[in-house]
Amino acid sequence: MNFNTVVMVKQVPDTSNISGEVMKPDGTVNRAKLPTIFNPDDKVALELALQVRDRFGGKVTAVTMGPPKAAELLRDCLYMGADDVCLITDRKFGGADTLATSYILSETIQKLGPFDLVFAGRQAIDGDTAQVGPQTAEKLGLPQITYAEEVIDLKEDKIVVKRRIDGGYEILESSLPVLITVLQEAATPRPFKATRLMALKNARTRLELEKMPETAAKPLDELISDYKNKGLYIQTLSREDLGVDLERCGIQGSPTKVHKVESVVLTGEEHKQFPATREGIGELLDSLIEEHFFG
Amino acid sequence: MPNFFKDNADLMFQFENLNIEEQVGILENNYTQAEQFDYAPTSYEDALDNYRRVLEMVGDLTAEQIAPRSSQVDIDGNTLEDGIVHYAKGIRQALDELSAAELMGATLPRKFGGLNFPSTVHMMTTEMISRADASLMNLYLLQDIADTICKYGNDAQREEFIPQLASGKCTGAMVLTEPDAGSDLQAIKLQAYQDEEGNWFLKGMKRFITNGCADILLVLARSEEGSKGARGLSLFVCYGEHVKVRRIEHKLGINGSPTCELQFDDTPAQLIGKTKLGLIRYVMDLMNGARLGIAAQGLGIAEAAYAEALKYAGERKQFEKAIRDIPPVTNMLIDMRVALESNRALLYSTAKWVDLAGTLAKRVEELKEKGEPYSDDRKRMKKASGIAEFLTPLTKYFLTETSNRVTYDALQIHGGTGYMKEFSVERHVRDARITNIYEGTSQLQIVAAFGGVLRDVFGEHFTAKEEETVPTDLKKAADQLKTIRSLFVDAAKYVDDKDDRSVADVAAKELVEMYGFLHMGYLLLDDAQRDERKKLVANRFVVDALAKSRKNFEAIMSDQFSDLEQADAILA
Repeated sequence: MNFNTVVMVKQVPDTSNISGEVMKPDGTVNRAKLPTIFNPDDKVALELALQVRDRFGGKVTAVTMGPPKAAELLRDCLYMGADDVCLITDRKFGGADTLATSYILSETIQKLGPFDLVFAGRQAIDGDTAQVGPQTAEKLGLPQITYAEEVIDLKEDKIVVKRRIDGGYEILESSLPVLITVLQEAATPRPFKATRLMALKNARTRLELEKMPETAAKPLDELISDYKNKGLYIQTLSREDLGVDLERCGIQGSPTKVHKVESVVLTGEEHKQFPATREGIGELLDSLIEEHFFG
Repeated sequence: MPNFFKDNADLMFQFENLNIEEQVGILENNYTQAEQFDYAPTSYEDALDNYRRVLEMVGDLTAEQIAPRSSQVDIDGNTLEDGIVHYAKGIRQALDELSAAELMGATLPRKFGGLNFPSTVHMMTTEMISRADASLMNLYLLQDIADTICKYGNDAQREEFIPQLASGKCTGAMVLTEPDAGSDLQAIKLQAYQDEEGNWFLKGMKRFITNGCADILLVLARSEEGSKGARGLSLFVCYGEHVKVRRIEHKLGINGSPTCELQFDDTPAQLIGKTKLGLIRYVMDLMNGARLGIAAQGLGIAEAAYAEALKYAGERKQFEKAIRDIPPVTNMLIDMRVALESNRALLYSTAKWVDLAGTLAKRVEELKEKGEPYSDDRKRMKKASGIAEFLTPLTKYFLTETSNRVTYDALQIHGGTGYMKEFSVERHVRDARITNIYEGTSQLQIVAAFGGVLRDVFGEHFTAKEEETVPTDLKKAADQLKTIRSLFVDAAKYVDDKDDRSVADVAAKELVEMYGFLHMGYLLLDDAQRDERKKLVANRFVVDALAKSRKNFEAIMSDQFSDLEQADAILA
C-alpha cells in the first residue's frame, strides 16, 4: 500500500544542557548561546512514521516551521530516512504561539497533501504545551489520537493504535486520515544512515542557496533547479507561498501573552511524620485538608 | 549530548592530522566513483568531511545508545538453548543499530553495499565501539571476514556473501582455533574433503570461536589428507545453519560476545582461493587486520576506564580535597593519559601504513590491467607491506598491554569502590584481559615484530629524525630519543653476538619495547610540533621511555636471562 505521511518536527533549545551564558543578566534567555536539538518527542514521531512506512509502504515528509537555521533539523530527518522535507520560514511567523503555529502547519499540510497520516511528537521541551498536535488536527478537521505508544495495524481505510491513559492503555481504531501524537517511549530513533549522511549533506534550502557564493555567478532559480535535479533542494515555503492570512500569523496571530515568568524553588521548610497506622493515616488526611491540599 | 568522537580531543586531533591523501585518492579511483555513487566523495576534502560526519554519528550512537546498555549486556551474557545462541538484548539492539547506520561494511567496495572507507577510519570507529561495549566490538569487527572473501574469493562468492555481511543481514565468524591448535595453528585437524563431484565438506571440531553461531563462517581446515603443518591447510566459507553449536563458554569478560564450541558434521562448504594457501597467505592476512582491530579494542577499553577514573578522581573527596589533586593519584592519571595518547598515535600511524600497502596493491593491479608500467608502485607497495606487517604486531603488543595497565590503574584510583560491581571499571579490567591473549598472545606479537626490529626497519627513518631540528623545548626529548637508540643498538648487538637462541627469544621483548618507544617517541615529537599541549605529552612519554629502556638495557647487558638453562633447578 502507499500511505502518504507527514511528520511535524521542531528544533528546540537543548534545555538539558544549559551553560552559564544562556541566561542574560536581565533573566531572559540568550537563544544564540543555547545549543539546539531535535525535539525528542518529534524524533520519536519521525521514527514511528518511518517504521510505519517500512512496514506498510508509502512516503514520509517531515515539515518544520522555524528560523532558516532549522534546515539543520530537516537534514537530520533526511539522514534518518525521510523521503522529503519542507521548511516553513518567514519573519512574519516569528513569535507564534500554539494557535498561530497550528494555523500555519495546517495550511502547509493542506498545501503539500493530501496525507493519510499526520504524526507529531506529544510536546516540545521548550513550551511543553502539547497543544500544537491537537490544534492542527482541529484545523484540519481530522480525528486525533494523542499519547500514542504503538501502531498496531494499518489498512487502506483504518489504523489501530495503542495509546497511554492514566494507569494503563487503550486501543483505538480510527478512520484515515488521522493525526497522531507520539510519546517518547514509543520507539528508539534510528541512527543516521551513513550513505544518506554523505549523499544528502549538501541538501540546501532556498535561503541557504541565496547565501552561497555560487549565486554571484548564477541566477537563484537556476541554482535551485540544479539542486532539485540532484535531489538536494529542500523545499522552502514562505507566507506568500502559503497565501496565509497575515492577521493569523506570528505574534499578531498569537493571543497568548506571557504575564510573568517566575522561578519557583521548591523547598521543604518543615516536615511531620505520621505513623503507618490507621490512626496515623487519618491524621495525615486531616492535616492535608487543613492545609488545603485536599478539598 | 555525550559523543565519543567529539568528547575525545585526542581522537579528533589524530583525525585532523591524518594526512592520507594518496591512500584515499587511490581508494576512490581519483574520485571518479562519485560519478556512480551519490555518496562517494568528489575530492580529498570532501572525503574527510564524509569521514568526519560518519565518525560524529558513530560517536553519538556509541555514547548515547550503546554505552548505557553495556553493563546489562555484561550481566545478561548470551544463552544457548537447543543449539541456538541468543544474544544479550543489548547486543541484538546494537547490531540492529549498526546495520541501520550502514556500518557493517565499512571498508568494503560500494558495489557490494560497503562504504569504501580506509582502515584508518574503520579503526577509529572500532575504537569508539570498543569504548562503548568491548564485547560488541568483536561482532562488529567480524565484518572483516568479508574483506578476505573480497580479496581471495571468486566473483560468485563475492556476490553471494559480501552484500549479506555488508548490510548486517548476516553476521560472520573466523573459525580457526581447535582444542589442540591455539597459538600453533599449523596443528589444525578439522577435515575438509571432496565428494566425487568436487563439492567440499567439513568434518570435525572447533573451539573458542568468537560468534561461532554466525550466519557465515570462514573456516580453516585440513584439505590435504595425511598432511601435517601449515601447507596442508585451506580456507573455506560455509553457512552456519549446517554447523552445530555444542556449548558456549563462561568467561571472565567480554560477556556479550558468544564464544562457541562448534561441530561440523559433513557441512557443505566452498573453497576460498587455492588449496594449501589457507594459513600461509589468507589467514595471515586476515589475522593482521584482526590484530589491528584488537589493538583498537584495547585502546577503546582503556579510554573508557581512564574517562571513569578521571571523573571519579575529580568527584571523590578525601583529606578534604578531590583525590585528583593528591600527587600520586595525579601522577597515575598523567601516566594513563600519556599512555593513551602515545598508543593512539601508534595505532593510527600503523593504520595509515596498512592503508598505503592496501591501496598501492590496488593501484598495481589496475596498472597491470591497463598494461601500464607499475614497477615503482610495486616497490613502494612491498616496502609499505613490510612496514605494516611489522607495525601490526608491535601495535597490538603495546596497546593491549597498556589496556591492562590503564584499566588496572583506573580501578586502583576508584579504591574499594572500584572492586564493586556498581561501577563499570571492574568490567573494563575484565574485558581488557583478553585483548593481549586472543588473535595471538603478546608473546607471539613479540615474535612477529622481532624480525623487523633486528632488520632495523626504521633505521633510516630514525636517522633522518635525529637530524631534524626541533624547537628548544623539545630538544631534551630529542636528545633522550637518541640515547634510547644507542641503548637499543648496543643491546641488540650484545644479543646478536651472544648467538644464544633462548636468550634472544626472551630478550626480544626488551628490544621490541625499546624500538616501539623510539617509534612512538618520534610520532609524539611530530604531534608536539603541531600542538602546544602535546609537548607536555611528548616530554613525559620520552622521559618515561628512557627510564624503561635503561631497565631493558640493563636486563640484557647484565645477562639477566643467562639462568634459563638452570630453569629446572629454579622451578624444582
